[in-house]
Amino acid sequence: MGRFIIRRALFGFLVLFVISLAVFVLFFVVAPGDPAANFVGKNPSPEQIQQARVKYNLDKPVPQQYLLYVGRLFQGDLGYSFRNEEPVRKTLQDRLPITASLALGAAVVWLLIGIPIGILAATKPRSLRDRAATVFALGGLSIPTFVIGLLFLYFFFYVFRVKFGIDLFPGSGYVPLTEDPLQWALHLILPWFALALVSAASYSRITRGSLLEVLGEDYIRTARAKGLSERRVTYRHGLRSALTPVVTLLGIDVGTLLGGAIVTESVFGLGGIGQLAVQSVTIGDLPVIFGTVLLAAFFIVIANILVDIVYALLDSRVRLA
Amino acid sequence: MTQLIAAADLADRANPDGPSGSTAAVAKKIEGRTPLQLAWARLKKDRVSMVSLITIGLLVLIAIFADVITDHVVGHPPNLQYRDVPSGLRPDGLPFGPNGTFWLGTDGLGRDVLSRVIHGTRVSLIVGVLATGIAVIIGITVGIASGYYGGKIDTLLARTMDVFLSFPFLLFAISLVSVFQPSLKISIFVIAFFTWANVGRIVRGQVLSIREKEYIEAARSLGAGDVRIMVVDVLPNLIAPIIVYSTLLVPTAIVFEATLSFLGLGVIPPTPTWGNMINDSVSYYQQVPTFLLFPSLALFITTLAFNLLGDGLRDALDPRAARVLARK
Repeated sequence: MGRFIIRRALFGFLVLFVISLAVFVLFFVVAPGDPAANFVGKNPSPEQIQQARVKYNLDKPVPQQYLLYVGRLFQGDLGYSFRNEEPVRKTLQDRLPITASLALGAAVVWLLIGIPIGILAATKPRSLRDRAATVFALGGLSIPTFVIGLLFLYFFFYVFRVKFGIDLFPGSGYVPLTEDPLQWALHLILPWFALALVSAASYSRITRGSLLEVLGEDYIRTARAKGLSERRVTYRHGLRSALTPVVTLLGIDVGTLLGGAIVTESVFGLGGIGQLAVQSVTIGDLPVIFGTVLLAAFFIVIANILVDIVYALLDSRVRLA
Repeated sequence: MTQLIAAADLADRANPDGPSGSTAAVAKKIEGRTPLQLAWARLKKDRVSMVSLITIGLLVLIAIFADVITDHVVGHPPNLQYRDVPSGLRPDGLPFGPNGTFWLGTDGLGRDVLSRVIHGTRVSLIVGVLATGIAVIIGITVGIASGYYGGKIDTLLARTMDVFLSFPFLLFAISLVSVFQPSLKISIFVIAFFTWANVGRIVRGQVLSIREKEYIEAARSLGAGDVRIMVVDVLPNLIAPIIVYSTLLVPTAIVFEATLSFLGLGVIPPTPTWGNMINDSVSYYQQVPTFLLFPSLALFITTLAFNLLGDGLRDALDPRAARVLARK
């Protein structure tokens, strides 16, 4: 087990290295224009650009620039934002709770919707309720998150307020959980559901497929032959192993979302990592772009390692190699 | 022989109403039917798949003849801003909802929403099909090579795919787009760039098991080279999963493009795309909800048609699933 984790961690390091290199090459080598010009204000004098070039090591050869950049990373220094001179690390720390609230809450929602629908469909395949589940899944998969988000805003924010006078769901913004738990939840309910819909659809499909497969196995027949109730067979014996792929997917999805739910945050004006990323890409705020990409990659790598470990623990057939 | 019987069995199940009386007729039918023909016969019986297929066919026609339709049937070019007579904007400056002149209403600049939705079909289908095509070609090549050769080559290629799958893709995609300036070409490239590894991983998994089959060994003992085995013996066995997966990748690519356009990083205005129309509608949808509704509906219908077709194809191309269906 120990060797397995070390191997996975080393590969994780490799992934982070490749991604940091890719981002670096993209913005400092491939990008047209003088990178030093990004570090100074509008209409800079040649002297200012030269100063920035020296200050940010841009006068040195590119490989050396990259090593210096990685060296600073190891000291936890992600640089300073061009826009407001704030340390990137602090900005990310400030924004992370918003994205985490959104991602974890949405994960709970899609599990609570997706898994039961998948079970209902799998326990009576080709029945009416199975067809209904398929319609839900394929329909849900076909509505992009930003469309469902805007529709939610129209109905639950605008129509509720104007037509019914109910001012329940705010249209945008975020209130920290520690400040006011109720307002926190009210601000996040629409984003949670908007973000969860597509995943709920795909999780219902995966649960259905996996459970159907498991219910066809011999040990399930044995359990039935022992005279166990259908409920016990399905939930105790079947669901347990059927949920392995769901757990795998959940880890990776949550890991990906923690690095920024770009679309949902943009639609609902939640200032998390995702919105920060879009804003910094739009204005060319390089240190913040690096920070967000690396943070996102970090979460994905960690999630992958955790998923592999959990998978190995759940399924004894997996050999740790 | 057992295979022939199984084929006849499947053909009968797929075609229970058809003539299956005389043995001579059955024998004749077997001769002409390849697995793909059998799948097509099964698909034809699935009403949902056929409706999806017809819908996709119509969308393709709309995309091809977009100019003709908007100029001669609708009568309003997609990028013309109607300011005077007929005006596309209300006296208070807001766009119109659906009316006699502008059937689906107008947008914030007084342009015809219907014409723009029609032209948006073009971008969506071009991006969906081309990005999927590129991703599938790269994915198949890398996946087959990785699974077939095994060893160090497999380690290298599989790890490369793992790295690609670990990229925070939307974030990296918007970075790429912002560096290279948004355009149709960049959108297609970026989408293919971040989806080929998914195809590659699936293909590799399939090849790993195909590689061990006896007919591969037979081919090798007959002196077939690696490339020949990969193309002649391995690839045809991958056609079913690849068809299904490609069909399901198209809507993913379409949504990806729409998302980039929605974030203002896709195809540049004034070229109409459903994504940038929805983005435009954000400022007006409270007063004119139809402006949000119609491009969203177009996007939904298109992705749904591809998803339903993919689902139907999966059933049609999987003989095992078809038999289960016939038994119950």
